[in-house]
Amino acid sequence: MIPLRQDETPMTEPLTSMTVREALRDAMAEEMKRDETVFLMGEEVAEYNGAYKVSQGLLDAFGSKRVVDTPITEHGFAGLGVGAAFGGLRPIVEFMTFNFSMQAIDQIINSAAKTLYMSGGQMGCPIVFRGPNGAASRVGAQHSQCYASWYAHCPGLKVVSPYSSGDAKALLKAAIRDPNPVIFLENELLYGQTFDDVSDDPEHVLPIGKALVRREGKDVTLTAFSIMVGKALQAADLLAAQGIEAEVIDLRTIRPLDVETIVQSAMKTNRIVSIEESWPFAGIGSEIAALMMEHAFDYLDAPVLRVTGVDVPMPYAANLEHLALPQVENIVEAAKAVCYRS
Amino acid sequence: MPYSISQEDALKAYREMLLIRRFEERAAQLYGMGLIAGFCHLYIGQEAIVVGIQSLLKPQDTIVTAYRDHGHMLAAGMNPKGVMAELTGRIDGYSKGKGGSMHMFSREKNFFGGHGIVGAQVPIGTGLAFAHKYKEDGGVCITSMGDGASNQGQVYESYNMAALWKLPVVYVIENNHYGMGTSVERSSAGPNYYGRGQGWGIPGEKADGMELLEVVKAAKRAVDHARSGKGPYILELDTYRYRGHSMSDPAKYRPKEEVEQVKQGRDPIERFKAYMIKTLKISEDKIKIIDDEIKTIVAEAIEFSKTSPEPDPSELYTDVLKEGHAV
Repeated sequence: MIPLRQDETPMTEPLTSMTVREALRDAMAEEMKRDETVFLMGEEVAEYNGAYKVSQGLLDAFGSKRVVDTPITEHGFAGLGVGAAFGGLRPIVEFMTFNFSMQAIDQIINSAAKTLYMSGGQMGCPIVFRGPNGAASRVGAQHSQCYASWYAHCPGLKVVSPYSSGDAKALLKAAIRDPNPVIFLENELLYGQTFDDVSDDPEHVLPIGKALVRREGKDVTLTAFSIMVGKALQAADLLAAQGIEAEVIDLRTIRPLDVETIVQSAMKTNRIVSIEESWPFAGIGSEIAALMMEHAFDYLDAPVLRVTGVDVPMPYAANLEHLALPQVENIVEAAKAVCYRS
Repeated sequence: MPYSISQEDALKAYREMLLIRRFEERAAQLYGMGLIAGFCHLYIGQEAIVVGIQSLLKPQDTIVTAYRDHGHMLAAGMNPKGVMAELTGRIDGYSKGKGGSMHMFSREKNFFGGHGIVGAQVPIGTGLAFAHKYKEDGGVCITSMGDGASNQGQVYESYNMAALWKLPVVYVIENNHYGMGTSVERSSAGPNYYGRGQGWGIPGEKADGMELLEVVKAAKRAVDHARSGKGPYILELDTYRYRGHSMSDPAKYRPKEEVEQVKQGRDPIERFKAYMIKTLKISEDKIKIIDDEIKTIVAEAIEFSKTSPEPDPSELYTDVLKEGHAV
């Protein structure tokens, strides 16, 4: 179990410990109970109980009308979901992994994200596209990509990527209730991790667009999302042992990004290291670097550094895969560099 | 014409077809004058299709199509002023001037666009049908596409799901023989689009899309099938567009004689007019009154579209996201 700093959001119920996988399932179950128009569709979500067992038990609880196994046709069922959302339903579309969402990206961007604007505000598309994103383990180049910057690039979408079980649940509930298309990026390696921060209150919903300071520090700010939050927290422990107090910001939402929280932190620590497992070019770190130039330039004592995945397709070999992904030591190194410590 | 129609319904259908024809002719003029810009795909020649199908629909039914959409919107009862003002990019257009010719919608009339990506409207229409079935509202979704879109992979993904889940959708293939500049013969191996659902057990048929009553007759079978819970139906309608693919297309890929032949021999409005006069014994005077009315309606739409202001600069930033996240 990973101990966490408590969220500032008041909770009425005592907090429960559960895996991210269970938290996501509970979020869907609660929202399906609350709203008849919410349904889940995707490959293997029903009878197989989810390729990664996230939808375990939902078919039994809600029946085949509301938990729908699809053929392996992402473009088609993503578009069908968009049409269903136009037609007054609230679909949750699961991609077995976000790598397969590239088959469907036209429907996500051109149909889901742009139609509200193109219709002068008439239409709207309340839909959640969710599934595991980024690298898992030893699955090679076509199954290991992080899509945060791809989707965060596009107006008309919200992009959420939680770390802990409590956030996963409360933010997925927010995504399902949101009247806009939301890209909800999960992480396969986090599914089995347990966090003790889950609220049992079915009305506990976190706002989309708010980051969380998971660890306070005065010397350097580490920004991360999803699985990289864990690595940033580990790096912060190592840095503390060396006398560097790192502040760790869990972005939680990529779009709209909580720029204010990052800027506030930058004004305090004067140093920013951005961490993501995606590629460096035009990544989330690039965006944070640009935003800091615009909003916190006078406060920076060092250039913003990016710790990212290596700029290559993901290799299969264990040693190469390890080298391709950001590791705790890379974060420690970058943090020390911006603190001018060797 | 074997299918019967009352005088009243005939006059209504004639009026709707003529409105589309005159609207599109004037839109072409406005385009030439620089008042309409960008892409503008005219529906001239295909009017009988949307008018025929619309006559069978119920209020809860939904419609979605691609970018040759002006005819669909007018047939659905959308206001010609709002459509024309959208074409001129003005605030009183259906999308406040932010959508343009290809991107218009009306929740009120259950018209769901207006989509600019060839074939993308097909899964969307299948999803609207999914919603009809889910809500059990008895509605049917009319999902239109051209012969060009009919080769898109997502069309077949949609056929599969619609058949699998018995969704109330009618796929209308408006075969006007050219996907932009490429003829059906050059783009499609096996051009019987109506038969392409066979593998999934989806019934299909082809009818003359230039003959209003033939459209109605075939569409009735299609809509009844979908509404009765039997699943999707593919209706291919043989038609022709008189103008180029869009306003920038001089249509040099087809001989002028081919166009003239269709105009002279198969024009849906002229044919129907002749039928009204000969068979239904409707006087030419009555028809003339409609002609004049339509002229006035279109002239008013043009005036409106010229005088409506451009969107306020503040509109640039609105309608990107919906407010009101229900925490």
